[in-house]
Amino acid sequence: MSKAKLMQGNEACVEGAIAAGMRFFAGYPITPSTEIAELSAENLPKVGGKFIQMEDEIASMGAVIGASLTGLKAMTATSGPGFSLKQENIGFASLNEVPCVVVNVQRGGPSTGLPTLPAQGEVMQARWGTHGDHPIIVISPSSVKETYEFAIRAFNLSEKYRVPCILLMDEVIAHMRERVELPDPSEIEIVNRKKPDASIEKYNPCEDYDGDGIPPMASFGDGIPFHVTGLIHDKTGFPSTKPEVTQNLIDRLMGKIENNLEDIIDYEEVLTEDAETVIVTFGSVARSALRAINLLREEGIKVGMIRLKTIWPFPEKVIQETSQRAKNIIVPEMNYGQLIDVVKAAADSKCNIVGLNKYVGELITPEEVMAKVKEVINRA
Amino acid sequence: MATLKQLSKVPERLAGGHRLCAGCGHGISTRMILNAAEDDNVVVGCATGCLEVATTIYPYTAWNCSFIHNAFENAGATLSGVEAAYRSLKKQGKLKDDFKFVAFGGDGGTYDIGLQSLSGAMERGHNMVYVCLDNGAYMNTGIQRSSATPMGADTTTSPAGKVVPGKQQPRKDLTAIMAAHNIPYAAQASISNWQDVHKKAKKAFDVEGPAFINMLSPCPRGWRYNTPDIVELCKIAVETRFWPIYEVEDGKWILNHKPKKYVPIEEFLKPQGRFRHLFTPGNEHMIKRIQKEIDDRWLALLERCGEPQELPPR
Repeated sequence: MSKAKLMQGNEACVEGAIAAGMRFFAGYPITPSTEIAELSAENLPKVGGKFIQMEDEIASMGAVIGASLTGLKAMTATSGPGFSLKQENIGFASLNEVPCVVVNVQRGGPSTGLPTLPAQGEVMQARWGTHGDHPIIVISPSSVKETYEFAIRAFNLSEKYRVPCILLMDEVIAHMRERVELPDPSEIEIVNRKKPDASIEKYNPCEDYDGDGIPPMASFGDGIPFHVTGLIHDKTGFPSTKPEVTQNLIDRLMGKIENNLEDIIDYEEVLTEDAETVIVTFGSVARSALRAINLLREEGIKVGMIRLKTIWPFPEKVIQETSQRAKNIIVPEMNYGQLIDVVKAAADSKCNIVGLNKYVGELITPEEVMAKVKEVINRA
Repeated sequence: MATLKQLSKVPERLAGGHRLCAGCGHGISTRMILNAAEDDNVVVGCATGCLEVATTIYPYTAWNCSFIHNAFENAGATLSGVEAAYRSLKKQGKLKDDFKFVAFGGDGGTYDIGLQSLSGAMERGHNMVYVCLDNGAYMNTGIQRSSATPMGADTTTSPAGKVVPGKQQPRKDLTAIMAAHNIPYAAQASISNWQDVHKKAKKAFDVEGPAFINMLSPCPRGWRYNTPDIVELCKIAVETRFWPIYEVEDGKWILNHKPKKYVPIEEFLKPQGRFRHLFTPGNEHMIKRIQKEIDDRWLALLERCGEPQELPPR
């Protein structure tokens, strides 16, 4: 039995996370993500979970790693400046294959920026914010309902692939209130991390026992001692500087994503079949784009949309295929132009690719999208 | 010490018209501290927080002096850079005027996220004053607990409910941590004792090297008290020994005020909505815990100050 509820995006994030099995949250107050910490503080103890407020965002991410290694599904939530502070530990989690969910409610930047206003300035930081080659998954919801679903999906992907998953929200989605039909818990698919065979004689924490690139994960306290380090390590988990060890490790880590693109990548296509102009978008801006498409279609303008649900790994294939059919691709984003570069790299060179960029702390409106579509069509 | 009349002639560095709440301690504390800088040039550094936000709402500023807001955790580090560059320019003869450097941070920006940068600034010995405006929670983001939040307080991340009656941990003793840096001057002060605040601020500005002042700075939204009662509430905080006023000068601990009688902590808790739940049946043990914590800390402070270790007479 499902139940309907009027919810704020941040609230849906917590509800979804708890439904997915989140039992640990470490955070630090920062607008516009604070409600996620507040609601976790209130609701986690009710399900036997633990909320702790840390002294800053670095510590929050550190605690999440510790809790996940101890066997709990763990999450933290923050916004721009806090996301910057978490980066070193995100790299640690990525290298050590520690499942965790990091929510970044995007606000205007750089620096303290526009704390109460929306932006999409962390498309690139979400992928490459921490140093070194590393795998990461980034998904971005466009509604409150989707925030609930994506919070669950973020945990499932993170647990399945043992990769940190970034839930990339924005201030509009975080503070918007919408009707959400919550599914019955029995209908929710929950994925838990793979555990080592209890009969195993000597457990190597980083050994690819199953050949799928994902080592089974013991927890501290399971009775199986294992070593975790931020240094490059071999299958035993102990440090090594050997070139072949490094190559094997990085290849395996990157391969967890590269070999599972079909499972991880998700997007929605709206009226793209006959579209001459396709809007590639994500997050709250996709809502404006959809409205614009409906209005433009009434005027007989052939326009469609690819809405990215997964941003990283980037859905290159659909962009490439679309760019061979469509004359124009428009990329509206609340930043100076980040996603557009990736779209350009994936698209056919004959396709006309145009950005619509707004970085003033205001949502891109349907009128602005419509005006851009008409401008692009008329110019062609 | 200067008379009130003389002090009133010192130019205001924090002008009226800022958007701090009615009954907020930050404006009062800041003006009292800056008043002691007298006619000198002052550079103010501000951590992210209510003071920074409410005094610099675009396109206005309440500051009549140089003002730097860096990221949340960086007030100590940023002023370190400013002060070090200033000394270099002075040495090179490129700067003639004398300047004073003062940083303001809330308890979030000082006890928690900014502690590392403050500790570094104090240890390196920069000639600056760091003032913590302690309102006992993250008020700017909507009242989340900090390590300065008193035990038992209800905040949005230490919510008082049926099972857990508010924050379970006692406060971090930041003033003692700062004194442990062996800086020339560290003090704890309250706006209710204005002469004491003025003397401390003057000493802090006058010493060569780093100085730290911890100001009790009530927040009407987070503490939920009757706004006109702010100074009275600070007075009760001192008299109940929740907020003892003392100073540590070159390693010597001096108690600045000794309450004449034992005032129970309930007097401080009662006027505040954040402690209301403590007075419901079943939570008596919390008040006992809080009182014990205060009495224990008071005796430890007396020992450090070389005073006889006795609680005030009941």
